[in-house]
Amino acid sequence: MKQETITDMKPRQKRFVFIAVAVAALSLAVGLVLYALKNNVSLYFTPTQVYNKEAPQGRSFRIGGLVEEGSVQREKDGLTVKFVITDKHKSIPVIYKGILPDLFKEGKGVVAQGKVEADGMMHAEEVLAKHDENYMPPEAADALKKGETANASAAKATPASTPATSAVK
Amino acid sequence: MAINWFKYSAPTTFYGLAGKMIPWFAFSAAILFVIGLYIGFVVAPVDAQQGEFYRIIFIHVPSSILSMFLYLVMAGYAALGLIFNTRLSAMMASAIAPTGALFAFISLWTGALWGKPMWGAWWVWDARLTSELILLFLYLGFIALHASIDDPRRADRAAALLALVGSVNVPIIYFSVKWWNTLHQGSTIKFTGTSMHVAMQQAMFTVLVACWLYAIAVVLARVRSIILERERNTTWIGELPEVKQ
Amino acid sequence: MNGLDLWMRENPLTYVWLGSYAVALLIFMIEIAMVIHKRKITLQQVRLMREAQDEAGDDN
Repeated sequence: MKQETITDMKPRQKRFVFIAVAVAALSLAVGLVLYALKNNVSLYFTPTQVYNKEAPQGRSFRIGGLVEEGSVQREKDGLTVKFVITDKHKSIPVIYKGILPDLFKEGKGVVAQGKVEADGMMHAEEVLAKHDENYMPPEAADALKKGETANASAAKATPASTPATSAVK
Repeated sequence: MAINWFKYSAPTTFYGLAGKMIPWFAFSAAILFVIGLYIGFVVAPVDAQQGEFYRIIFIHVPSSILSMFLYLVMAGYAALGLIFNTRLSAMMASAIAPTGALFAFISLWTGALWGKPMWGAWWVWDARLTSELILLFLYLGFIALHASIDDPRRADRAAALLALVGSVNVPIIYFSVKWWNTLHQGSTIKFTGTSMHVAMQQAMFTVLVACWLYAIAVVLARVRSIILERERNTTWIGELPEVKQ
Repeated sequence: MNGLDLWMRENPLTYVWLGSYAVALLIFMIEIAMVIHKRKITLQQVRLMREAQDEAGDDN
């Protein structure tokens, strides 16, 4: 009797396992969507958004922008770095202790994660470099600029973006 | 009788035609891979910013493009199958899914390996990376859903629905870098053209074409097995030389 | 900075080759092998099924 039910169950069990896998994959997919949406989909806030209090208060978040020219200062311990993230409108000073990515350069894109403390500085736990999509000699810069302005106008149409997206290539 | 003959004719002619085309696609894919990699590693210069690491682009971008296009092709076949109830289109959709999943995986994998030295992280939950990961799960969901239903016709329909619903994700992947702030850079190849160095472009497009030809060869080979399996009770399968022996 | 980070910066081409291209080619090889294997298995099954049917037909 028991044996029979087990053999009866076999194709059903198989089906069940596969359905479970399908459901798991789907729910994982939907879950990831929701997870991404919860974080406002955008990976980081721009300094302007931080000034407008659009960024979360009192918890860790990411700021993205350009490393302001001439703002990088290395402390004596050789690990701590201070720099300023700017979107050409507002800027936020950042202090970070750790190894910077290779592409971290003044005037280049950067995304820092951390908390903005009472001193008005972001104490970063992680600093990532954001490189641009150009793999080319300088002659093509004009063609690039046209594409960039097209990009920026497309980005302005969505509420999540600010003019800074055009500055952060 | 006439309807029956018509129904069977599509897979019948396709089976033979696919068999003849596979070697050509496979052969040209292999040659183009070698040429593309030669241009990519020998001819193309080092990138000013990223040094040698940028060379991952020659496999990363083609596999990303393939993962998205194959999904659209798969969803297209699935839609055809749903609307016209043709057998071959559902079989094509099932044949494309594994290859699409592999390209999505290669895209994510090479992206992680590129991200580590350049960005400083293997992975970030930005819109581009997350939506590409969802694409991989959509492929896996399609495969699992199809395998979970014993009746192949019902399996076709259920999986086709999933494929169609999931196709919303493809434009999201493409436009994610424009719509939201992401760590991932914008598109190098835009509708307005590209700013990429010529040799780099040649390498990337050659590998892209190679990936396309490879994908076609593998999908055709896989769909031939699926046709054999699902039409095994028909007379024409019994008359095939490889079945008769 | 750990060992892997240092190693990849000292050997960028090896890193790119082994990490990305070798892995991608390996995946392609595996897929090709799987497709060929599936073809073999399916043909075998179809032949067996056909033979079984033919024998059943002879008995009747």
